[in-house]
Amino acid sequence: MSAPDLRIEVRDLDMRYGERVIQRDLNFTVRTDDIFVIMGGSGCGKSTLLRHLIGLVRPARGDVFYDGESFWTADPDERDRMTRRFGVLYQSGALWSSLTLAENVALPLGEYTDLDAHRIAELVSLKLALVGLAGFEEFYPSEISGGMRKRAGLARAMALDPDILFFDEPSAGLDPISSKLLDDLILELRASLGATVVVVTHELASIFAIATNCVFLDAETKTMIATGAPKVLLEQPPDPKVRQFLTRGASNGRKPHG
Amino acid sequence: MAVVAPEATLEFSRPAGDTLVLRLSGAWTIHERLPSVDDVERELEAGGAVRRLLFDTECLAAWDSALLTFLLRVAAQADGRGVAACRGGLPEGVRRLLALAMAVPERRDIGTAAARLSWLARVGLATLEGVRDAGVTLTFVGAVSIAFARSLLGRARYRRSDFLLVLQEVGAQALPIVSLISFLVGVILAYVGAIQLRQFGAQVYVADLVGIGMTREMGAMMAAVIMAGRTGAAFAAQLGTMQVNEEIDALTTLGISPIEFLVLPRMLALAVMMPLLALYADLLGLLGGMAVGVGMLDLGVVEYYLRTIGAIGLDDCVAGLIKASVFGVLIAMAGCLRGIQCGRSSAAVGAATTSAVVTGIVLIIVSDAATTVIFDLIGL
Repeated sequence: MSAPDLRIEVRDLDMRYGERVIQRDLNFTVRTDDIFVIMGGSGCGKSTLLRHLIGLVRPARGDVFYDGESFWTADPDERDRMTRRFGVLYQSGALWSSLTLAENVALPLGEYTDLDAHRIAELVSLKLALVGLAGFEEFYPSEISGGMRKRAGLARAMALDPDILFFDEPSAGLDPISSKLLDDLILELRASLGATVVVVTHELASIFAIATNCVFLDAETKTMIATGAPKVLLEQPPDPKVRQFLTRGASNGRKPHG
Repeated sequence: MAVVAPEATLEFSRPAGDTLVLRLSGAWTIHERLPSVDDVERELEAGGAVRRLLFDTECLAAWDSALLTFLLRVAAQADGRGVAACRGGLPEGVRRLLALAMAVPERRDIGTAAARLSWLARVGLATLEGVRDAGVTLTFVGAVSIAFARSLLGRARYRRSDFLLVLQEVGAQALPIVSLISFLVGVILAYVGAIQLRQFGAQVYVADLVGIGMTREMGAMMAAVIMAGRTGAAFAAQLGTMQVNEEIDALTTLGISPIEFLVLPRMLALAVMMPLLALYADLLGLLGGMAVGVGMLDLGVVEYYLRTIGAIGLDDCVAGLIKASVFGVLIAMAGCLRGIQCGRSSAAVGAATTSAVVTGIVLIIVSDAATTVIFDLIGL
């Protein structure tokens, strides 16, 4: 049985595409108040792990537990109910291009609540205001910048007040200032909403700025080789590759002298 | 057992003459019925002038965005009346989110241009857009012509393997659908003709009707309509997706002409394949007509065959093949043009595909009418 503050538990998870192993024997937990980062080099399976966590891909083995409830052995209706607790910000924002920003955010509210159009419009305005896009309701995704698209994607992810927010490479394609603003927004939303946050990234600045805990996936051994707070992993890396990653290769895999 | 959330309630109190306290209790979530903001407005209007608004949330059981939208409207009302809303009594998370929501003021100086324009301005803009579109189309036709000329000189840059692949896609892979449609068109022609001709005892002329109809007109036309829906749409979707993924930009920055690299092989493949598909469609249409002639009209296979041979002249076949070639070029042109013109969103790819099919079919009909008149004038 899970401890009360455990929000996510990944148990003996194997990920494969056909016969090709992506990662195996993944075991880690995410606490309710965590900003949990999934990190690792390019092609190690970070985004694939995220897709397993949010129910897009079934694991080859193992399971994911949310508040102690098994996700992959649950019946499809139960799984749908669980996924409604998730908010996901995809790498490109993944806004529906034929809908305005307001319609993008309103869609999940219309689908899963009994609210009337007026209250939905109020909630949409609130969500867009929270991400700094008040007044952009009638814009189409193609009419705004990449950073704004990402923030609008976040507004949509927050539409149903999710318990868990997943971010796939939130800083990808953003300039450092926009990236920092997004990090601040994640921290602020985490503090005010009380949602658990899971982030896939390899941006070191973001990792050290927001992560309370993380897991390191290794492409070579095809399994996780470290978990813990990023600062602790930097000081006491369980594997030279982790230190090399966290220092952008400066330590060349060896501990510094002195 | 499901836990029932306590009902959201709102109570007012006035600890001092100029202070109004809003006491929020119960669950303020989007799934609950919430008190109206109008109650706050009425309370602000009633009694003496209120200068301060306080919140008491000690009995607040749960909250989400619904509470935030309520508080934002209360804050807006308080602002409008010059009442100071003190957020101290709100949960910390709520205070932070309100601060976040109000951090960036609403942009009122923006809005999509189209929403603000009068209909006259929109008509004008649409006209200008049409003129620009015509210019783009002409430029495209010119670029394709140059690319074709370069290919004749062996100087066009495209991968021969791409050409062969497209050739296979537009040719061999289209045979099943062309077979089905053409055979049935032959059946329909023969059937409709038979009903009329039988009244005069001239049912044997069904072979003439089907033969001339298929070779001069319907073979090329039906193959072209199928190609517009199948291949023209595919060209537009392929090139449109490449536009979205910036693959066309990548070609341009490498100094490779997208017209030569992407459009030319498609254009050549369809121009080569269309006459062959039209011939094939003619044959299948004749077989369809024969099926009706033999099955319904009691004509012999040999008799039907001989009538068909006698009715069709070489000029009929040539006329059909010329039309098919023209249709092929136009379908490829429409598909590739709409793909190249595609915007940078998935919705734009859908629009480009639809536009390619519509443009293709319109061009087929218009060019068919034009070539028919021309053939009549020159006696073909």
